Amino acid sequence: MTRTGTPLVELRDISIAFGGIKAVDHVTVDLYPGEVVGLLGHNGAGKSTLIKCLSGAYQADSGDILINGETVEIKDPRDAREQNIETIYQTLALADNLNAASNLFLGREIVGRGGFVDDSKMEAEARKIMARLNPNFRKFNVPVSALSGGQRQSVAIARAVYFNAKILIMDEPTAALGPHETQMVAELIQELKAQGLGIFLIEHDIHNVMKLCDRASVMKNGQLVGTVNVADVTDEDILGMIILGKKPAKAA
Amino acid sequence: MTDSPTHAPQANTTKLGPIARFIRDTELDTRMLGMVGALLLIWFAFELYSTIVLGRPSMLLGASQGDATGFLTPRNLWNLSVQTSMTGIMATGMVLVIITRNIDLSVGSAEGFIGMVMGLLQVTWLPPLLGLGHSSIWIVTVVVGLGCGALIGAFNGWMIAYRGIPSFIVTLGGLMVWRGAAFLTADGKTIAPLDENFSLLGGATKGSVGEMGSWVVGVLGSLAILWILYAGRQARAKHGFGQRPMWAELTLAVLGCGLVLGTVMIVNSYAWPKGIIEAYVKANPDVVIPEGGLVIGTGFAIPVLIMVVVAILMTILMTRTRFGRYVFAIGGNPEAAALSGINTKWMTVKIFTLMGVLAGIAAVIGSARQNSATNALGNLDELYVIAAAVVGGTSLAGGVGTIYGAIIGALVLMSLQTGMVLIGFGDGSYQRIVIGVALVLAVYLDNLYRKRIK
Repeated sequence: MTRTGTPLVELRDISIAFGGIKAVDHVTVDLYPGEVVGLLGHNGAGKSTLIKCLSGAYQADSGDILINGETVEIKDPRDAREQNIETIYQTLALADNLNAASNLFLGREIVGRGGFVDDSKMEAEARKIMARLNPNFRKFNVPVSALSGGQRQSVAIARAVYFNAKILIMDEPTAALGPHETQMVAELIQELKAQGLGIFLIEHDIHNVMKLCDRASVMKNGQLVGTVNVADVTDEDILGMIILGKKPAKAA
Repeated sequence: MTDSPTHAPQANTTKLGPIARFIRDTELDTRMLGMVGALLLIWFAFELYSTIVLGRPSMLLGASQGDATGFLTPRNLWNLSVQTSMTGIMATGMVLVIITRNIDLSVGSAEGFIGMVMGLLQVTWLPPLLGLGHSSIWIVTVVVGLGCGALIGAFNGWMIAYRGIPSFIVTLGGLMVWRGAAFLTADGKTIAPLDENFSLLGGATKGSVGEMGSWVVGVLGSLAILWILYAGRQARAKHGFGQRPMWAELTLAVLGCGLVLGTVMIVNSYAWPKGIIEAYVKANPDVVIPEGGLVIGTGFAIPVLIMVVVAILMTILMTRTRFGRYVFAIGGNPEAAALSGINTKWMTVKIFTLMGVLAGIAAVIGSARQNSATNALGNLDELYVIAAAVVGGTSLAGGVGTIYGAIIGALVLMSLQTGMVLIGFGDGSYQRIVIGVALVLAVYLDNLYRKRIK
């Protein structure tokens, strides 16, 4: 993996505090096209908070967000979407009472003649994308509350993939999944990577990190411990970073 | 959401009974069927009680319209339709408020305050400017009234969304503030009579559209039903989704048009009362009086047509626009809605503004119907409106509710109310007990129903 030129995303010197507690403390990470960067750390290390500054859910107190080398301002999720940043949240962020197509297009509904939402068109599009992501998915006409964990996950993934994201944020995408579905997500990540997307992957499972990520950035207590090339280190090294906050000797 | 096309795969469920098959193929909402069934049950129960226990003449047993005093007479059903209109109109807005996990306790008081403002406007303030009985007085009054409602609602919404005060508290405060303000506007005096054109909006005999007008409404309604069925088939064909069987489409067409045209026949068969006919003949001496006396059908009352228009517009808003989709999304998962880029705060302001406008419409109808503005107008209406929405299947947990459900809910409550008066329990105490019990029972049955279909 060679990284040359301008990074796709650079989060530079980001800090954010909640009521005096520094959730993210001067953290800098970057991401290149066609690369998967794992964000690791204990619960409460600040990974999700950091990434929410990029997805527009939070605004950083200080620091810059650069997309293709240019500083951008991301004030809300709408701004993030305009930068082709899509997020799969840990909670999935689905409206349980709406069906798959309505969730897929939430906030970006297909509008037909007279400004009315075109439910048939959206369902047809949803069927197309789901045929690609999860061919067994059939439940298009029920609220997503009636779906299994894996099916809900695939709706959330479809929402991120459908709109031609360039930057994808995945917050523990396999946490609720069985082995078969986890494998499907892994294959999807490889496929999207090959298409040139940059992916931030928040992940707890060290084996998935070793398998899926090109680099890993480890956080502890809101601070960045370090960023390593996954190919250059062992899983023991990364665990050491997570648990002890100790950077290995041959870090990138 | 319930009437968005659902094209369930035609499973090989050949062992279903005829009723289950009918419901599956017509894709009718079973919950709605249940509510309509409950409504009919209430109607026939009152009719039976009046016939058997009270021994009154019943039209079902061949009594004439003039003699019959049971529940199922054109006169009673026509009155029921007018009484339902105010509660029904506000209940359609309350559905949105409750779906987004809020409540509005201030609608009844807002209605009273707006009624007083409109009363003063058309009786005290406008006539000196425009001249007594000027034809634009009612228009200015209605516009100002709806504007007042919008402002009150927007203010509620702003305090809830941008100042973080729970809607229960904001509108509980509003309940007291606006009722007090309604008293102060005219120091507790009643303002009457109102502008003549304005009072037509309350739907007395004169405030109805007559037989011909009602037939026009009925035919347009039937054509709309046929068009909706046709357009639905077209949309499904375009995307290759499964179709309803033809017999089911025909059944729906016959049922829908039959309901609309049947209603027209009922309101048209409600003849003008004797006194009004006599006054009419006196005023129009050249009217030819046929043998057996002049009979003029009343037709739909204007407030009922207003309710129908409001219900249709609100249904379109909720099922066919982004706004409606966002209302449901906020109710289902507020956090997810915000993360999807929906401005949930601004949505709350818009929803409460809409609720305020609907309270304004109810104030127009309520004061026009009494032909006077009193500070007691709309007293306790907030509770009937919330009850109507909830009986109609709106979930207080948020995310679930329909406009037609709220209308049927209002019809159920008003049927109980007028029915209790009709059979001689009109002093209020029994009425409240029955409606209170019905509210709790309806929600309990709904819980059972939801558990069974899960």
